[in-house]
Amino acid sequence: MIKLENVGFRYEDMVMNFDLQVAVGELVGIIGPSGAGKSTLLSLIAGFDLPVSGRISIAGADMEGVAPDQRPVSMIFQDHNSFAHLDVWTNVALGISADLKLDPPQRKRVDEALARVGLSDFKARKSTELSGGERQRIAIARALVRDKPVLLLDEPFTALGPALRRDMLDLVREIQKERKLTVLMVTHQPEDAKYAASRIAFVQIGRIAHVLPTKQFFAASAPADIGDYLK
Amino acid sequence: MLKIISTVIASVIFASLAQAKETLTIYTYESFVTEWGPGGKIKETFEKTCDCSIEWVGLGDGVAVLNRLKLEGANTKADIVLGFDTSLTAEAIATGLFGKHGVDKGLAKTPEAWADDYFMPYDYAHFAVIYDTEKMTSPPKSLDELVNGDPSQKIVLQDPRSSTPGLGFLLWMKAVYGDKAADQWKKLQPRILTITPGWSEAYGLFTKGEAPMVLSYTTSPAYHMVAENTSRYQAAAFSEGHYLQIEVAGLIEASPEKTLAQKFLGFMMTPAFQDIIPTTNWMLPAGATDTALPDAFGKLVVPAKTLLFSPDEVFKNRRAWVDEWLNALSK
Amino acid sequence: MFRSLTLAIALGFILGAVALGFLPLLWLGLGQGGFHFDDYLPRVVGFTLKQAFLSTLLSVAIAFPVALALARRRFFGREALLKIFSVPLALPAIVAILGIVGVYGNSGPFGGLFSIYGLTGILLAHVFFNMPLAVRLMLTRLEAIPAENFRLAAQLNFSTGQVFRFIEWPQLSSAITGISSLIFLLCTASFAVVLILGGGPQATTLEVAIYQSLRLDFDPARASILALAQLVTCGLLVLVAGQFAREIQVVPPTLAKIRRWDGKSRLSKTMDGLLIAIAVVIVVPPILSVALSGIGNIRPDASLLRATATSLLIGLASASLSIALGWVLAETAARQPRSILKSAITLACLASLIMPPAVLATGWFVTLSPIADMSRYAIFLVIILNALMALPFVWSPLYPAITDSVQRHDRLCSSLGLSGFARLKLIDLPVLRKPLGLAFLMAVIVSLGDLSAIMLFGSDTLVTLPALIFRQMGNYRMNDAAGTALVLAAFCFALITLAQRWSQSHDQA
Repeated sequence: MIKLENVGFRYEDMVMNFDLQVAVGELVGIIGPSGAGKSTLLSLIAGFDLPVSGRISIAGADMEGVAPDQRPVSMIFQDHNSFAHLDVWTNVALGISADLKLDPPQRKRVDEALARVGLSDFKARKSTELSGGERQRIAIARALVRDKPVLLLDEPFTALGPALRRDMLDLVREIQKERKLTVLMVTHQPEDAKYAASRIAFVQIGRIAHVLPTKQFFAASAPADIGDYLK
Repeated sequence: MLKIISTVIASVIFASLAQAKETLTIYTYESFVTEWGPGGKIKETFEKTCDCSIEWVGLGDGVAVLNRLKLEGANTKADIVLGFDTSLTAEAIATGLFGKHGVDKGLAKTPEAWADDYFMPYDYAHFAVIYDTEKMTSPPKSLDELVNGDPSQKIVLQDPRSSTPGLGFLLWMKAVYGDKAADQWKKLQPRILTITPGWSEAYGLFTKGEAPMVLSYTTSPAYHMVAENTSRYQAAAFSEGHYLQIEVAGLIEASPEKTLAQKFLGFMMTPAFQDIIPTTNWMLPAGATDTALPDAFGKLVVPAKTLLFSPDEVFKNRRAWVDEWLNALSK
Repeated sequence: MFRSLTLAIALGFILGAVALGFLPLLWLGLGQGGFHFDDYLPRVVGFTLKQAFLSTLLSVAIAFPVALALARRRFFGREALLKIFSVPLALPAIVAILGIVGVYGNSGPFGGLFSIYGLTGILLAHVFFNMPLAVRLMLTRLEAIPAENFRLAAQLNFSTGQVFRFIEWPQLSSAITGISSLIFLLCTASFAVVLILGGGPQATTLEVAIYQSLRLDFDPARASILALAQLVTCGLLVLVAGQFAREIQVVPPTLAKIRRWDGKSRLSKTMDGLLIAIAVVIVVPPILSVALSGIGNIRPDASLLRATATSLLIGLASASLSIALGWVLAETAARQPRSILKSAITLACLASLIMPPAVLATGWFVTLSPIADMSRYAIFLVIILNALMALPFVWSPLYPAITDSVQRHDRLCSSLGLSGFARLKLIDLPVLRKPLGLAFLMAVIVSLGDLSAIMLFGSDTLVTLPALIFRQMGNYRMNDAAGTALVLAAFCFALITLAQRWSQSHDQA
């Protein structure tokens, strides 16, 4: 589904080079030390950063020259996923049409997405009045109405408590199964990846050092650099 | 840079601390004491004649000096005030701060005989319309021609509310037209490019080429001839006569240095002082000189007739006349 | 405790300075017996408000789309252009006017297009001074928008209009009232521009009338009634504007570099290019004209060096004082809901625009001259007056940044028991470094360009660059004055460059 071949990128002094293949319906966790290039990896796939070399393809299509909005991708950031001055419903509706002219079926889709993430009672609230977890639910609801096959999560739940994080991960997994989404999730909490991901990519100094099934990743037999990081 | 800064701090803060000798504090307008003005040379020359020092306090213009005196009243630090013109002297005397100068009035070489007991003149010049010979071939020959002339040939004037030449031109109009001055101002209005707060702005606009005429002094062309070697800017001689500005100095009655102050006023009328004036203050000397004036001064317009209100008349009427001007031009 | 003490000192200092300025004048006026009303006052107030309103409208209306275009685009020379946009603030009015005259005047390359005397000239000059200021203040707000917002916009395929509606407008709308009222007050207090380009006494503003009554007539009664009129008009305006001002949206800064995907269409590019070109045409040619007349006329003599050093010294001192006052006031205002105290603080910051410097100076003189030798303290009075004049410019970058910092750090700090100097050193200074740097720079520039305080208190021993320009002009030395003006402009440009280097080197750290 997602294929990165020899994708080169330069950020200040750091030269990065990524190779990665992700199959349809997979949930791959991305972990590694700060500054290793995890968020850059997602930005490259989403089209916010442009590679200097190599090839990114999604669903078999080459992404070169494809604008972010034309890519089959939704991305959820750690913060600023909603516009503070708009209410919850509008924030989600923006995912369907930026001019907010929605026909009745589309409105229904917004309502359904809000119901799916448990925000039905908060439609008219401003996002500033919501808790951190509720704000991220807005972003998930918007990803739902956008209905793109790839979902990129850039440390979306870092700010939340363990129980709440677990709830959110459950929600993501359910949606992933329902919609057959391909998910890449950058996280700082290895236990999140362990809980949700089927495979884990370990990023170090601008490279994907290892991609292992979750069990092997956390096994004692895992490569030494992973063990050092997890310590 | 640090050294310069510390020198500045030191000179600013301690300027008036080193006062072992007798010190004569003289309030004057600022341009008198800039590096190009006469202040420095006069200080040097006078200090040779006595065991004393002069401390100049340069404050804006003559009006600013008068206001400073009014604010300070009897507490003033000034021993001498130098830089009023005759439109301010009556008001200055009314403050009660000034004493009689005691200098021989016959020493004054002004266009009209000198009669003031409180102030002595040190220089003078007539106001004049200066024109740019490259832009204007036939300048107005009278105030009347200026007032009624081609409105596309503009003049830059100064505001009588904030500038001495501005007030001088207002008095000039009043001296020529009397009660009809307001009407004549209205006729002149289309010719006025703009009215600036001070002489500098007006003259700056004029030399930038914004207007072919500006109100200044008959002596202005001398500067351009002497310092810039050009006779491009000339004064227009007006048949009605020119209004006169006489700059004067007087002493503070309550000054502890009154004797020294009197000595300075006497010195002011001698060549030692007067020779410095023409090429530093760009005015005509009002006392005896030793060296002949530079040639350029010989080429200046000499007004056929001098116009001048008495200080008392100006004092009594100035406000009403300025209001009249304001009303004439505001509508 | 620490905070209320510093607040009391700062507020007391400003209110004291204003009271010491105004009350002695009022007292003198009452002593001279009563006030005299005529139709002069309403006429002057009317014209003051009319020109200020039009100038503000034009400046903000041009600055608004220009700021949006500049935020959207990266192009060669953008940094230099933004630096040039800070130069008008540092130019004394007469220098700027000669620059404008050099371009649009009778002998300038655009001469004869329109008359620059009368209302047109006043508006042109006010736009020249204030439009770039507004652009810079608006850009600061636009550049505080988190990078994620634009990524989201790119993913959701926002059009330029939608980016404006959902991202830029919400961010700018909170700042626009403040910027407009600042510019309105600056135009109200404008003096030389109105007199020189106004064309005559029909263009008399309150500030001019006050100056006249203090100088030529020395009529404290009339001056104090005029000052009172200005105080009431401007004070009311500030309070009313304060009611309309929306609270500043606090957005925590992010590390991601801002990139934008909107405005890709040819129409949008052309429009932005056109807007930026208009701004360039308004701002750059007059400055270029100042520079061109100055080249070859710089006389690097002792007086120029001395004036440069004096300007720098006064600029640094008054900027420091201004920052200290502004910081203390903003710390309190940021923690206040709408309240009387907050309104009082806002008014205090604008003191120098509401109460003309000429009034302050005269009042201080009346109060202080019997007890102290004024000429010895002149430099301190210039510094204080310049600090007050810089306060509005310090306030506009500082207040939003402090509000932000207060909302993010207050709880944490109080839970950790961090307060006073420890907090200042550990939290506030590092976090506020950038806005503090900008505020300091603005304050230095305002002080560099000041001609009113230095004319009121300066003397032959205290000459700044603008004062030197004025002296040179007053002695027929127009060319030397042009050279000094170039030094002043270049000095300001160098300071801005230095400040930007500094802030960038700390960005990377």
